[in-house]
Amino acid sequence: MDRAGIPAVVITTLISVARNVGANRIVPGTGVPHVVGDPQLEPDQETALRRELVERALEALATPIEEQSEF
Amino acid sequence: MFRRYRVVHYLNQFFAGFGGENHASLEPVSIPGPAGPGRLLQDALGEEAEIVLTVACGDDRYSADPDAAAQELMKLIQPGRPDLFIAGPAFNAGRYGEACGHIGREVGRTLGIPAVSGMADENPGLAYRKDVYIVPTSESARGMNAALGGISRLGLKLVHGEVSRRGEPAEFFSRGLRKNVRTERIGAQRALDVLLAKIQGRPYDTELELPKFDRVPPAPPIKELAKARIAVVTTGGLVPKGNPDGLPSTKASTYARYSLGGLERLDAKAYEAHHGGYSTQEVNQDPNRLVPLDILREREREGRIAGILDQLYTFAGCSTYYESAVEIGREIALDLRNREADAALITSA
Repeated sequence: MDRAGIPAVVITTLISVARNVGANRIVPGTGVPHVVGDPQLEPDQETALRRELVERALEALATPIEEQSEF
Repeated sequence: MFRRYRVVHYLNQFFAGFGGENHASLEPVSIPGPAGPGRLLQDALGEEAEIVLTVACGDDRYSADPDAAAQELMKLIQPGRPDLFIAGPAFNAGRYGEACGHIGREVGRTLGIPAVSGMADENPGLAYRKDVYIVPTSESARGMNAALGGISRLGLKLVHGEVSRRGEPAEFFSRGLRKNVRTERIGAQRALDVLLAKIQGRPYDTELELPKFDRVPPAPPIKELAKARIAVVTTGGLVPKGNPDGLPSTKASTYARYSLGGLERLDAKAYEAHHGGYSTQEVNQDPNRLVPLDILREREREGRIAGILDQLYTFAGCSTYYESAVEIGREIALDLRNREADAALITSA
């Protein structure tokens, strides 16, 4: 994506993998089987958590970076 | 003069002599015999091989739709009945390099003949090294003579069937293929040999090169989120219920695309995850836990972003070969560019 000039953000729990393979904008997710959710939470809490993660990802897309960065 | 082997040579608009960037939309054409650097290449090949025809295509024309360009070029290449296909050299020219790799792979697969190109080590066309023999070259066409020498030597060796397991050092970029061979010594002994050589500072050679992961400088950010259209990509294997396209749950070599048009959120009745590497139960209860469409729609309504691309890009990222992942990424990026997406949000299980 970056090579095509399209900024990309990856939300993932496996941050070290994302770093190793060269992802530039990384947002830590909440878990491998539910990267933007959490079944332990009440539905509205879970939605709030997801909103926060998506918001962080959008912020990452709008942030200039020079090297691999976590948000 | 009798020449045993027939060669078809591919060039871009510039090297074929049609002109520079202002001719980059050149349609695929066929020229009898060698053209441009093909004349030097013919000298380097000598008596044994003849460039029967040259095919050319503009770099923009090729990169706008590589599969269509390859299809048209194949129609021009086949009448040449080549024994060997040579593309470029492309040096450090990115679009040209990608075209050389793409057409080389297509010719190799369709006609079952060796395809050879030449590129500098930063050229993105090196992604095709598994299917095309790519000779290392200098950054610019100043190294033309050396590049053509390397390409012609390798090309002749290939048609003679004389290329060894990994080629001579620096003969071509490693293709990353494994080949079974019989050896006198078992793996444990050979591994110890390598280890001892390493400790003692003697030269040694690995039998298995680890993949070198690509590093790409970060793309510039979105200037204004409120004007941006965001594409959604997932490696978590989200598919319509029942996986109608039979997307594999491991070792993906391709991706699928599903319309998000008119959807406010991802309904558990309609979508499920198909992935061999994690327990999909919690995503199946609520697919928005993998692809946050509900929140993205909310952000869209609030004007935080301009919109969401109408397509979901999905595959199961599980034991995926590195080369496959690079290829899938390339294809998705090309599609996003064609659909004018401003950014990609990727979720990964």
